Amino acid sequence: MAILHSGRNRETNSNSLQKRASLWQRLHIDPLLLLSLLILMGAGLFVLVSAGNQAAGMLDRQLIRFGVALLGMLVVAQIPPRYYKMAVPVLFLLGTLLLVMVLMFGDVGGGAQRWLDLKIIRFQPSEIMKLVVPMMVAYYFSKRPLPCTFKDVIISSVIVIIPVLLVAKQPDLGTALLIAASGLFVLFLAGLPWRYIIGMLVAAMIAAPALWLVMHNYQKKRVLTLLNPESDPLGAGYHIIQSKIAIGSGGLWGKGWFKGTQSHLEFLPERSTDFIFAVLAEEFGLVGVIVLLSLYSLIILRAATISMQAQSTFTRLLAGSITLTFGIYIIINIGMVSGLFPVVGIPLPLVSYGGTSIVTLLLGFGILMSISTHRQLVSD
Amino acid sequence: MIRFIFLVAVLAALALAVVVRMAYLQVFDSSFLRKQSDMRIMRVIELQALRGIITDRHGEPLAVSTPVDSIWLNPEDFLAANSEERKNFLDSLNLSEDFLKKRLREASGKEFVYIERQMAPEAAQAVMDLNVPGINRQREYRRYYPGGEATAHVVGAVNIDGAGVEGVELIFNDYLTGQKGAKRVLKDRRGRIIQDVELLQASEQGQTLQLSIDNRLQYLAYRELKAAVAKHDAAGGSLVLLDAQSGEVLAMVNQPSYNPNNRNQYKPENMRNRAVTDVYELGSVIKAFGVLSALVAGDYTADSVIDTSPGKMQVHNNTVRDIRNYGRLSVREILRRSSNVGTAKLVLSIPQEELIDVYARLGFGEPTYVEFPGERSGYLETGRTLDPFSYATLAFGYGLSATATQLAKAYNIIANDGVYVPLTMLKRDPDKQVDGEQRISYEATKALREALLIDPKDGGSGQAARVSGYHVTGKSGTARKLGETGYLSDRHIASFAGFAPALNPRLVCVVVIDDPRQGGYYGGTVAAPVFSNVMRGALRLMDIPLDDESAYHVVVKGK
Repeated sequence: MAILHSGRNRETNSNSLQKRASLWQRLHIDPLLLLSLLILMGAGLFVLVSAGNQAAGMLDRQLIRFGVALLGMLVVAQIPPRYYKMAVPVLFLLGTLLLVMVLMFGDVGGGAQRWLDLKIIRFQPSEIMKLVVPMMVAYYFSKRPLPCTFKDVIISSVIVIIPVLLVAKQPDLGTALLIAASGLFVLFLAGLPWRYIIGMLVAAMIAAPALWLVMHNYQKKRVLTLLNPESDPLGAGYHIIQSKIAIGSGGLWGKGWFKGTQSHLEFLPERSTDFIFAVLAEEFGLVGVIVLLSLYSLIILRAATISMQAQSTFTRLLAGSITLTFGIYIIINIGMVSGLFPVVGIPLPLVSYGGTSIVTLLLGFGILMSISTHRQLVSD
Repeated sequence: MIRFIFLVAVLAALALAVVVRMAYLQVFDSSFLRKQSDMRIMRVIELQALRGIITDRHGEPLAVSTPVDSIWLNPEDFLAANSEERKNFLDSLNLSEDFLKKRLREASGKEFVYIERQMAPEAAQAVMDLNVPGINRQREYRRYYPGGEATAHVVGAVNIDGAGVEGVELIFNDYLTGQKGAKRVLKDRRGRIIQDVELLQASEQGQTLQLSIDNRLQYLAYRELKAAVAKHDAAGGSLVLLDAQSGEVLAMVNQPSYNPNNRNQYKPENMRNRAVTDVYELGSVIKAFGVLSALVAGDYTADSVIDTSPGKMQVHNNTVRDIRNYGRLSVREILRRSSNVGTAKLVLSIPQEELIDVYARLGFGEPTYVEFPGERSGYLETGRTLDPFSYATLAFGYGLSATATQLAKAYNIIANDGVYVPLTMLKRDPDKQVDGEQRISYEATKALREALLIDPKDGGSGQAARVSGYHVTGKSGTARKLGETGYLSDRHIASFAGFAPALNPRLVCVVVIDDPRQGGYYGGTVAAPVFSNVMRGALRLMDIPLDDESAYHVVVKGK
């Protein structure tokens, strides 16, 4: 609305600006968001080239993924939000069904059953649920008057918990955590009363020991390792120690591109995927870290603006959840790599090497662009 | 809307916490973590120094080091190898899976285990090209001995880590070793060297050691000794050839020997340098020194006459016998006939201490100071008065034990007119005069040399030692070996000691053959021909002028 107004006001002295604005509008692209995403992805490739140590085909495959994901983002941006809204219940049921199928027939990879092989493509349904779950909760609240009642809270909680449990069962704690966060963000934004929030926090504190009992051994080990990495320097603590050394030895200015010893001498595990942040920190130092965080902040600020300007309950809740989930994604990854949080398998968004998360993230930004560029049509 | 801003603020707060964490790690904790990083990647590795070359007196190499590579593996890193890599690795070294398993079992808990030592560098490169995880290469130097069996005992050997364990390699180990260097390198997690960081200390090559050995003479001596030991089916033998004037050892060979280039042949009994480690009671070759003591202490010359009739003599409840009744013999003839009665009469006429003193001056009972590992100084009874019979037999060479090298040293004193020149394995500076020590009077040694001269017109026991064109001085010996129950009647030590040319001795040679069992056992039959063949070749190779006929007359008839 603001863009349109200013455009109209300056119509007389800035004809071309209005034309350009309306051109982006017609293409359903948010130029600032696109630009900052492209800069981030470009910087990510730069780090990946060094982290991957010129592994054959790694850069090519990442570029192809970027291309496919960007294309998907642009396609998603063309579709008005109201169509999503209509499709949400079906998508949610389909996604939940796929999760059940994964548990029954899925391929095992890395000790967990996450992949579904549909012969044509092989993918992780849990990734899609990162978008579908907040959409479903937003859809539910868009049908209910706000603020929400106790019954609303129970129903929406069930919507979140079913897929989260299915994913946690795979087991994929990181993704389950993100799905839960994306759903709970919607719940919170929809006006969940504070007394429920406090109640849930208390319940969580009580449940923590119970959670400890149902956790897998490797998950318990990660928590213990976080508390004292040196207790098992060659085993579970190895990742954290090596990544802390990589980050710390980078210093203020870093060791330089391709000069990170921890990563290039193969001490740092998972250096092109989950731990790529340590490579960046080692080679580009604190300065590089701040540049990266600034790029992320730029994207989040733009996404937050879009969220606040969204017009319907559905779009506002959905956009807010996508924005916040993206933020929590970054915090958890960096917190894990720098030894603040336990090691959960969450990649650094749009920088880590790896397929499905890039596609999901950019589809989410596609939805944001759709929300931002279809506003005016609704109001007209 | 407010709730959204609240959550974004929470996110911002978390982001701030992350930034603080980063700043802490990268600024305040940075130097500590940098050290941690260096600990993991920097290693100081030893640079092997090239071991010094050992050469003969003319600079011919006797021991040289060539670069080789050893393949070792880190068992933990090797776990990362898949079955195909494992198979390729084993195939490339022609090793069995069982062997590998055994080595890995032995190395459990270690990070380093040798798989193959000292390969040709090209072969090691081929193994490294397979790029199997955990496989590493180490540059080493392998010792190669061009002289093989012939020089094995003198030059000695090194162990697989390059330290001298035998012979000259051991004696002069520090001199040959050089200085190991060190460099700092960057290693990856698998222990592979990625990059040299800095040279901490350059390695210094070991120094070249020039021996007194003449490789040509060494070969000649080895060939002759080996042939004689084989011909007479002997248990072993030694030969020592000295440069009479300088005391330099020109050749020192033994049988049995071994090939120092083949570790599988390393057996202790073959590796012994018998010329310095094995002591024998040598018998008649010592008799010359019994006679010498009479020449030194008594009023005798080479022509003094002793009556040995009737060929036997009662001494302190025992009988000293000759093979037959020689009648009246000159001192010269006593040695030529090896008359026990004559020798006994000579030494019994002088005080006991005189004989012991002459033996001690000739170096018996003390090491030769060529400093070989395991050198023995032999046995000489001193400080006790012997009964007359034991005293007499001591003059025949019984009750005195010595090594071949000690015997050569004693004969060298005779050859040098009574002057002792220290023996050495190292080449002396030819321009420097060697300080000698007059140990025996000139007159006495001159008389003994006249007495020991081998007369071609005479049928004495040393005839086989003759060398055409030269006059030779020397004495053969045949001694019974000492067994557990006394002297054995069928086990002998055959020896010959002497020098040439007789008038101006240049070369001293001692041959000892242990337990000849075929084709005779007398020193004159078994050892003398070896002496003759080696002397003939050595005199010719060293361009020593032929004696003219008149020289003989000067020595023998020139009274």
